Amino acid sequence: MKGAVAFRRKAADRVMKWVFTLCAFLVILPLFLIFFDLVIKGGKELKLTLLIDLPHPVGEPGGGIANGIVGTVAITLLTMLWSVPTAVLCGIYLAEYGKGKFASAVRFAADTMSGVPSIIMGIFGYILLVLPMKRFSAWAGAAALSMIFIPVVVRTTEEMLRTVPTTVREAALALGIERWKATLRITVRTAWPGILTGILLAMARIIGETAPLLFTALGNQFWQTRLDQPIAAVPLQVFTYAISPYEDWHDKAWAGALVLITMVLMINIAARVLTRDKR
Amino acid sequence: MARKTGENIKDLLFERTTGGFAFLVLFLAVLLFAVLLRESLPALRKFGAAFLVTGTWDPVLEKFGALPFIYGTVISSFLAILIALPLSVGAAIFINEFAPPWMKTPVSFLAELLAAIPSVIYGLWGIFVLVPVLRDVLMKPATKYLGWIPLFKGPVYGPSMLAAGVLLSIMIIPFILSVSREVLATVPQRQKEAVLSLGGTRWEMLRIVIGQHCIPGIFGATILGLGRALGETMAVTMVIGNRPEALLSLFQPGYSMAAVIANEFTEAVGDVHLSSLVLIGLILFTMTLAVNLAAKWILTKMVARASRGI
Amino acid sequence: MKKFCGVTAGVLAMLAVVSFASAADPLTINGAGATFPYPLYSKWFYEYSNANPGVRFNYQSIGSGGGIKQITAGTVNFGATDAPMTEEAMKKLPGPILHIPTALGAVVPVYNLDGVPAGLKLTPDVLAGIYLGKITRWNDPKIAELNKTVTMPNADIVVAHRSDGSGTTDIFTNYLATVNTEWRAKVGRGPSVNWPVGIGGKGNEGVAGVVKQIPGAIGYVELAYAKQNRMKVASLRNKEGHFVTPTLEATSAAAAGMSKSMPADFRVSLVDAPGKESWPISGLTWILVYKDQKDEARGKAMVQFLKWAIRDGQKMEAALDYAALPKPVVEKVDKALKQISFRGKSLY
Repeated sequence: MKGAVAFRRKAADRVMKWVFTLCAFLVILPLFLIFFDLVIKGGKELKLTLLIDLPHPVGEPGGGIANGIVGTVAITLLTMLWSVPTAVLCGIYLAEYGKGKFASAVRFAADTMSGVPSIIMGIFGYILLVLPMKRFSAWAGAAALSMIFIPVVVRTTEEMLRTVPTTVREAALALGIERWKATLRITVRTAWPGILTGILLAMARIIGETAPLLFTALGNQFWQTRLDQPIAAVPLQVFTYAISPYEDWHDKAWAGALVLITMVLMINIAARVLTRDKR
Repeated sequence: MARKTGENIKDLLFERTTGGFAFLVLFLAVLLFAVLLRESLPALRKFGAAFLVTGTWDPVLEKFGALPFIYGTVISSFLAILIALPLSVGAAIFINEFAPPWMKTPVSFLAELLAAIPSVIYGLWGIFVLVPVLRDVLMKPATKYLGWIPLFKGPVYGPSMLAAGVLLSIMIIPFILSVSREVLATVPQRQKEAVLSLGGTRWEMLRIVIGQHCIPGIFGATILGLGRALGETMAVTMVIGNRPEALLSLFQPGYSMAAVIANEFTEAVGDVHLSSLVLIGLILFTMTLAVNLAAKWILTKMVARASRGI
Repeated sequence: MKKFCGVTAGVLAMLAVVSFASAADPLTINGAGATFPYPLYSKWFYEYSNANPGVRFNYQSIGSGGGIKQITAGTVNFGATDAPMTEEAMKKLPGPILHIPTALGAVVPVYNLDGVPAGLKLTPDVLAGIYLGKITRWNDPKIAELNKTVTMPNADIVVAHRSDGSGTTDIFTNYLATVNTEWRAKVGRGPSVNWPVGIGGKGNEGVAGVVKQIPGAIGYVELAYAKQNRMKVASLRNKEGHFVTPTLEATSAAAAGMSKSMPADFRVSLVDAPGKESWPISGLTWILVYKDQKDEARGKAMVQFLKWAIRDGQKMEAALDYAALPKPVVEKVDKALKQISFRGKSLY
């Protein structure tokens, strides 16, 4: 290339290359900033007492988020208890028998629900469970979270099942295996790592959810494992501490956030490792 | 596949059982909509369509209107797109086209990690890091010199529409990024090579090729990101300032639909107040639904085009 | 598939065990409401639970509006509010309710201004003017003339208020409506009002947080929050024309005449109280309990706690700058507690 035009074109090329690099840098930068802060500020307060103590009265230093950790685990398990079978079985239905109006309607329903803001699921949980039961509870929190969990896992399950080649199915049927057995033992088993990944990713998502719990689980200062009472959860505690004026609570908010992100990341990484293994 | 002749009771049971769960999912979606509709009826009856354009939010006089919240949600989300779109596409191009091979996996992994961070943690970082920085480094100086422009009018609090927009943009970048990367990857290698072999620069090749192939896909990705931004609750409520007023300046506080529900729901004492909040929820539900459907439609069209080898 | 069933069964069993094991848990009583007394209540519930391991009070500080709403809906065992329920609101209740006063607090203006000492002098009209958005800069002559010994900075006043339904707001707006006609006409009083200007914070904590974070901010919080966060508090000119700072003594002074004029249902306002030393934005805070309790064990525990609260609990108030209820009022409250019953039988 020669001449002024060529120079301009080359220069433009160089400039744009740097622009794209800058974009990538700017995209990754917040991640580093956030993690840096989480580790530094969260690590400051991350003592053993944080993980095993209950919250102290307002204004008194010390105390921890132990009840929140237990609460998060309890609500998550409760949610998954009915959400995993529902979502997986629904996904199986859509993948195996999913032609026709009914299946399309179910898919549309799942797609719709997966786009709904999580705060709306909180409204749902409040009206459907908190009001009639006349109390805030882990049940209501789990109900709200399951409305987030189920649609996502329905779609990922269906997608994973669809990746199993029809030849596998047909081979099984040709061998005389009953359809239901073939589906479960062979198709589902083959797709299982992918399905499990979908479940784990959805689980990581609901662990971090705050909005749906604001007016369903409500929160609790004490140890609470009864499912029909308000229950603490780490994201709720992070929120309450973050918007408070107490420096001590701000530190705890960062520490709680660190605990939360560790849980979320561990599950995410486990999910990725699974897919990598079986491919 | 063999049909009636091969079926037995167990197969039928299996089909019916899984179908039952499928029906349950459908039922839940319908129930959700029904609950929202029923609880918002009192407000609908009292205010009608005027609810969408009324600017008052007065619990004392029980006069409610959703305008400031719709405004806040829309403006903060569009601001987020404005920032996130160029950055995401640029980063996608970088990862796909310019990054050395060893960089591809870690960088995309890191971008995915951004997507996994819970909203409340973004909010926490927003309050203590982003807002003070924006306030002192950007907004206060900007108001001094550019304060005569309505868009940048003070006084500067810190929590603001701008803060919400920036935070939201960080949150939706991973989504636009991953879809953009997929879209870019569908461009046929032959086309790229054709332009290059004719003497085009890398940049020119990208411009032509993206312009031809990727616009619909990137547009779809953007709409997807928009859907996500519209519904974000915790991060927004922690940095937007919670002021129920539709103000022009980006440096002023605002409010969003999701944020007002989060803040006021547990204590809306009057029935009309609660119903108005649920009605806002219904409006939000409808908006995100419309946007997500649009995104899906565009993306499937793009996939169809790509598979037809255009 | 089998493995999945096994895991599910295991989890189910675990949850069941945990659920039933907790049946031996202490009795939990859930309450929600005002953030105004939260520093005090959180201390009370902590100490009371330590002294009485069989019962636990879980209090969620979500604002007076939330307290009223949730007790009306029956989703909590007791509510807490500094805004007394209106007649209209009480009509919506499923049964008669008692406002049990527990403490006296002060709502105080706090501000974040470098170089300006604590105790900035403000008058009712200036405070109203700031919150009406008419006085927008700290060096406004109206503020400067009250504080001649201080150089007021040429900075924007950033107004902070509550974003949630709040008894603290009710007390504060009640005060402004009482002392300023323009406020009374334009905005009025209530737990939630149409604020002319300002940014919203959630709870007393939120407003304190906003003021702490934003230079040039002014807000109103309960005194305990100002003290705990070492914030600068303004002094106000009271009804008698004296500039007073909010202290324990000033709050108690506001309550001095209260005992005689205390209505039977305890719903009284203390704003702009007479008395030279009185803090003009003082207020009572109440716990809301139904007269007819649906749960005998919880009702009894509630009554026992309230008996403790109005006597022993009062001793903890001074440390947190809440004023104790005057003795005559305590006796009246004690009598009222006898009205709390289960199926007609008093739980006292």
